[in-house]
Amino acid sequence: MKEKLGLSKEKIAEARERAIAICAPVLDFIHEHTSVTVERATLRLLGADGADADGVPVPNLVVDSLRQNLSEGAALRYANALVVKGMTPQELNSAITAGLDISKIPLGDKTAARAKAGQLAQAYLDRIRNNRGHREKKLAEFAGKNNSPLLYLIVATGNIFEDVKQAQAAVLNGADVIAVIRTTAQSLLDYVPYGATTEGFGGTYATQENFRIMRQALDEVGEREKRYIYLTNYASGLCMPEIAAMGALERLDMMLNDSMYGILFRDINMYRTFVDQKFSRMINAYAGIIINTGEDNYLTTSDAYEKAYTVLASQFLNERFAYAAGLQAWQMGLGHAFEMDPSIPNGFLYEFAQAQMAREIFPEHPLKYMPPTKHMSGDIFKGIVMDNMFNFVSKATGQGIHLLGMLTEAIHTPFMMDRYLAVDTARYVMNNMASFGDDIEFKKDGIMVRHAHEVLDKTLEFLREVEKTGLMDAIEQGLFAEVKRPKDGGKGLEGLLAKSPEYFNPVESLLEEELGIL
Amino acid sequence: MAHIVRPYGDTLDDGKVQLSFTLPVPHGLKAQEAARIMVLGWGFSDCEIVHSARISDNFTFFVAYAKTERGVDYDAVEADRNEEEKSMSMDEVNEFIRARIGRKVVVVGACTGFDAHTVGIDAIMNMKGYNHHYGLERYSMMEAHNLGAQVPNERLLEYAVKVNADAILVSQVVTQKDTHIHNLTNLIELLEAEGLRSKFICIVGGPRISNKLAVQLGYDAGFGRGTYADDVATFIVKKLAERMER
Repeated sequence: MKEKLGLSKEKIAEARERAIAICAPVLDFIHEHTSVTVERATLRLLGADGADADGVPVPNLVVDSLRQNLSEGAALRYANALVVKGMTPQELNSAITAGLDISKIPLGDKTAARAKAGQLAQAYLDRIRNNRGHREKKLAEFAGKNNSPLLYLIVATGNIFEDVKQAQAAVLNGADVIAVIRTTAQSLLDYVPYGATTEGFGGTYATQENFRIMRQALDEVGEREKRYIYLTNYASGLCMPEIAAMGALERLDMMLNDSMYGILFRDINMYRTFVDQKFSRMINAYAGIIINTGEDNYLTTSDAYEKAYTVLASQFLNERFAYAAGLQAWQMGLGHAFEMDPSIPNGFLYEFAQAQMAREIFPEHPLKYMPPTKHMSGDIFKGIVMDNMFNFVSKATGQGIHLLGMLTEAIHTPFMMDRYLAVDTARYVMNNMASFGDDIEFKKDGIMVRHAHEVLDKTLEFLREVEKTGLMDAIEQGLFAEVKRPKDGGKGLEGLLAKSPEYFNPVESLLEEELGIL
Repeated sequence: MAHIVRPYGDTLDDGKVQLSFTLPVPHGLKAQEAARIMVLGWGFSDCEIVHSARISDNFTFFVAYAKTERGVDYDAVEADRNEEEKSMSMDEVNEFIRARIGRKVVVVGACTGFDAHTVGIDAIMNMKGYNHHYGLERYSMMEAHNLGAQVPNERLLEYAVKVNADAILVSQVVTQKDTHIHNLTNLIELLEAEGLRSKFICIVGGPRISNKLAVQLGYDAGFGRGTYADDVATFIVKKLAERMER
C-alpha cells in the first residue's frame, strides 16, 4: 500500500532504537531466569502429560516435587527417571499419577539422561515442524480463499462440544479465524486443566484435548469450504509457555500473546511475565504461530484519543520482545482498536489516521484490529453502525486480522445470529469499498495527517521517558495504562527462579539454535 | 381509570413490535412458516416474516413484525428507582460532603470473584470517568480506591476495613450461570459473619443489575446500565448523611 501520511522515517527508526534500549536490560534479566511454567512447558515437550485423580497435571506434580532443584531445570530429572526406570514417557506419567516421586530417584548417568532429554525434545519439535508444514501446505492449497483482512470470530459457550457447533456455523458464514475464548480466571490458574471440558464461565477452558477437538472440527469444515481456518487461543496468564506448547502440538495458528498484558491487566508479577513471555514466544516462533498482542486494552481502560500514543509505544515494545524471541514480522499481529468515544467530532478521521499510521509503521506485520466495545451501549442498531465504521477503516487501511464487532457487545455472549449479522454486514462493506484505500490520498496537513504525526511525536517522547526511567520502574510508576504494578507484587512471583550454572533445558537450547537467537 | 399503553408503530395503539431470532432449522419456506406460527403462538396477531436468511445448514435467521393487543396499565407501574430525585453533579456532591459530612468520604471498589471486566468499575471510579462524567477519583471530597478485577471478596473486605471505607462498590459483569448471584451473596454473608454489614454502604453495579435484585441480595442499592459516577456518588453521600444524622 502506498504511504499516505508522510511520517518521518527518522522518527520511526529512533522509536525502534529506543525500544531496543528499553528491552535490553529486561532481556538480560530473562536470560538468567526460569519459572515453574517454563519448566512445565519444557516437560510437556518431553512427553509429560496426564493428570492424577485430583486433576493435578503431571507437569505440575513433577515441578512441585523438584522444587528444591528446579534452578537446574526439570528436564534432567524427568529424563533421569526414564533412564533409571527404563520406562517410556507414557509409563512414567502413569507412575507419577499413581504417586511416584521422581525427585527421590537417585541421579544416575547424567550424560545418558541429557541425551535422552535431547532425543525426546527433538521428537516433539519435529512434530511441531510437521504441523507447521501441514499448515503451509493447506494455506498454499487454498491460497486466495480467505477474506482480507481475515475475519475473526469468537466462540465462548463454556462447553467445547457446543463451541464446535457455533464455530462451524461461523465458518460457514465466512469466518477465517475462530478464537475459543477462555473461561474467566483461567489466566490466574498456575496449571493447565486436563481433558475435554464442558463447564466454563464466559468461555471454555484451554486444554490440550479441547484444542484437539476444535482443530479437528475446523479442519473438517475448512476442507468443505476450501478455506484454511485459523484456530486461536490465549497464551497468556500464569501458563503462557505451556499453552504455547500445547497449541504448537495441536496446530493452533494464532495465540494471544502479549509481553506486558498480564502485568498491567491481570496483576501478574512483572519478572514472572517477562520470563514466561519469552519462552512462550520462542515456541510460537518455531511453530509458525501468529501472535496477537493486546494493545486494545490500553484503550478500554483509558481514553482512546488521548492515549493513542501508549498503543504505538506498546507496539514497538511488543515488536522488540517478539524479535528477541525469534518471531518474524509476519508473525506479529500487533494490536490496536477502534475505541474512540463516538460523540467526538471527527472521531472517524482520527481512527482512520491511527489505523493507517499503524499500517505504515509496521508494513509487514499482520496487525490485529479490535472493534468498538467500550462505547457499545445496548442500542444494537447504533452498535451495528459503529461496527461498520470500524469495518470500513479496517478494509481501507489494509489491516491483517479483523475481530468482528458484535451488535450485542455489552449485552451477552454472541448469539448465532449476532455473528451472522457481523459477517454479513462486514462483507457487504468490505466488498463495496474494496479498493477505496488504494484510490485515495490524504490532504497534506489535513486533520488526519496532523493527527498521525502528533501521535508519533508523543510516542517518541513517551519512549524516551521510559528509556530514562527503565521499563520495570516505568511500570511500577504507572506510566502504562495508568496502573501501578510494584516489581515484587502481583501473582506468581513465587514461581520464578534464577537459573543455576548447571541449568539444563534441551527444548530451550534447540529452539535457540533453530531460531538463530543468542 | 387505568391508563393502558401499547407499542406505538405509526399509529396510537397499533401494537406493532419488531423481533429477530434464530431457529435451528434449515432455511426455506417451511422455516418461514414455522417462524410465523411460532410468533403467533406467543400471543401476537398479524405476524409478518419480513426477512429470513441461512446462517448455516441447520440454522435460519428471521426478522419479523408483529402486532400485540396486550397493553400495560401505566399508572400501576413502579420504577426500579425513583427518577424524580435528580443526581447531584460532582461539584454539588463535594459541596454536600463539606456541609453535611465534614470529612472525605472513603469508597472502595472492585470487580470481584473471577470477573475480569473492569469497564464498569473503571467508568464509575477512574479519574477520567465515562461519557463526560468524571469518576469518583476526581471528586476532591472523596478518597476512591479502585482495586481492579478478579478481587476475592475476602480481600475486598480486608481492604475496606483497612482504609476505613464508608462504601463498598462491587461490579459484576459476568452473569452466566448466575455466578454473580453467588458472588454477591457471598460478600454479604462475609460481612454479616464479621458483624460489619452495617459499617458499610454496599452497592453493586453492572449491566444486568437492578436495584430490586441488589436490595433482595442485601445491598443498599444496585445500579444498572446508563449509570454514571454522579448517580453513585449522590446515593452514597445522601445515605451516609442520613446515617450520620440519625
